[in-house]
Amino acid sequence: MISFFNVSKVYPNGVNALRGVSLQIETGEFVFIVGPSGAGKSTLIKLIFREELPTKGQIYIDGRSVIRMRSRDVPYLRRQIGMVFQDFRLLSDRTVFENVAFAMKVVGAGRSEITARVPEVAKLVGLEKRLDDYPTQLSGGEQQRTAIARALVNKPSIIIADEPTGNLDIDTSWGIMDCFRDINEQGTTVIIATHAKEIVDVMRQRVIAMNCGQVVRDEQRGVYANAT
Amino acid sequence: MYTPMPLRKINYIFQEVFRSLKRNSLLNFAAAGTTAISLFVLGIGMLLMINIDQIANTVESNVEIMVYLEDDISENEAHSMEPSFNRISGVKEVVFVSPDEGLELLEGWMGKGSDLGSLSEENPLPNAYKIKTGDPREVGAAAAEIERLPGVDNVRYEQGVVEKLFALTEWVRIIGLIVIVLLAVSAIFLIATTTRLTFYARRKEINIMKYVGATDWFVRWPFLLEGVILGFVGALLAVGVLYLSYGTLTMKLQQAITFLPLVTDSSDMLIIYGILLGLGVLLGAIGSSISVRKYLRV
Ligand SMILES: Nc1ncnc2c1ncn2[C@@H]1O[C@H](COP(=O)(O)OP(=O)(O)OP(=O)(O)O)[C@@H](O)[C@H]1O
Ligand SMILES: [Mg+2]
Repeated sequence: MISFFNVSKVYPNGVNALRGVSLQIETGEFVFIVGPSGAGKSTLIKLIFREELPTKGQIYIDGRSVIRMRSRDVPYLRRQIGMVFQDFRLLSDRTVFENVAFAMKVVGAGRSEITARVPEVAKLVGLEKRLDDYPTQLSGGEQQRTAIARALVNKPSIIIADEPTGNLDIDTSWGIMDCFRDINEQGTTVIIATHAKEIVDVMRQRVIAMNCGQVVRDEQRGVYANAT
Repeated sequence: MYTPMPLRKINYIFQEVFRSLKRNSLLNFAAAGTTAISLFVLGIGMLLMINIDQIANTVESNVEIMVYLEDDISENEAHSMEPSFNRISGVKEVVFVSPDEGLELLEGWMGKGSDLGSLSEENPLPNAYKIKTGDPREVGAAAAEIERLPGVDNVRYEQGVVEKLFALTEWVRIIGLIVIVLLAVSAIFLIATTTRLTFYARRKEINIMKYVGATDWFVRWPFLLEGVILGFVGALLAVGVLYLSYGTLTMKLQQAITFLPLVTDSSDMLIIYGILLGLGVLLGAIGSSISVRKYLRV
């Protein structure tokens, strides 16, 4: 469970990216975060895995304060969270297999664990036949699936994606979203910041709408924007 | 915070280091090269210093006081004076030189072909003593004291040479030290720059590492190791070149000037080469940790 209590974030340059945000995301939920550019979606996400610290307020994950956490415990917080980005962030000199295995090596997994687990997640995202290809040999959607596989491989309890379909066409985007839905159905919390109105409107999941650093709407089975 | 790591992490770190060394080969070549040059010059400085030291010591230990006794002192009387020389503070070695031996010494200094042959029939040289002090710096005081002893006619030593030599070796040591420190600093700087560039080249990887929950030490190790390897390879290069060129140089020099007391003792050389290799590793470690410390605050 993720809880924000009255969280504000002012960047060093004076930009007030979040203003008193309070929200709660239960374990196993599927949540869209929507809102215009500059609303503070990415900032909210960065606070969850402690890339940034809030200026004010408290954040808890499973009852543990993210803010008061010692910095040497941060890696272990991040192992609980799988991150997916708009620009995939794959290592271009490594194959799909190596990219996914990289995340396991970083947390100290052994060779046999890796050779067993990587094909397993690759299958989950539909990439089991592309393990030996390099990112440049893949389509955008396949690259994003690789990134998702990497985020999943250490079995995190939360998956956070910041505009995961921002660089993809609508059909491909649907494939990626199906992927997230499968992951969510296995019990993983999924949080997605997105501008993909068509998808949000069809999937009817919980929607947290932001504007100017504030939560302006939070509804179950919501849509991208209320008709005004 | 350092925690001992399992073998597979070590294995992983080595994989990463070699991957990086292979990929940034040009950069790494430059770093190892500059380290090699720095250590090479440093090595030259060290070799120069130990040789000057050795030459200076040889010259210093050859500085002796020739004590000529008065003409009317017989050989027996001369021998009885020996204890009074030994009593003088700083005196280490007292050798009696008979007139005949004195003549031989003279011949040795002036060359066999010189016109001394006629002298041997009626040797005009007095009985004499050759005296050495333990510390060459005591030559002046000892000579003055010897001159005051009864029966001593004349005292000779290379006045001033000793003092000048000491001043010179002192300066060589100071300048050599400054040069060596400057070179070491520049080597550290170069390795730091290289690590920083490697780091820059790999920032995407580091970023991903941090996102998937790598500990700081896990990210640091490959960079530190890379610096150490670069420093070591550079030192190895420097030592190799030094070894080959110094061997040839000393051989040629000693063929040309046979009495030159150069350092060719292999155990002395081993120490210098060992120091250079150790320094390479140390410089690599310092250089890489400087940039890692500065740039790893992710
Ligand atoms: N590192 C930073 N330093 C300073 N200001 C920042 C930083 N990151 C974001 N901001 C500012 O904070 C505000 C919120 O940015 P944020 O990235 O959270 O928006 P967003 O909702 O993700 O927008 P988008 O939909 O375009 O991704 C913006 O005004 C942005 O310029
Ligand atoms: Mg954003």
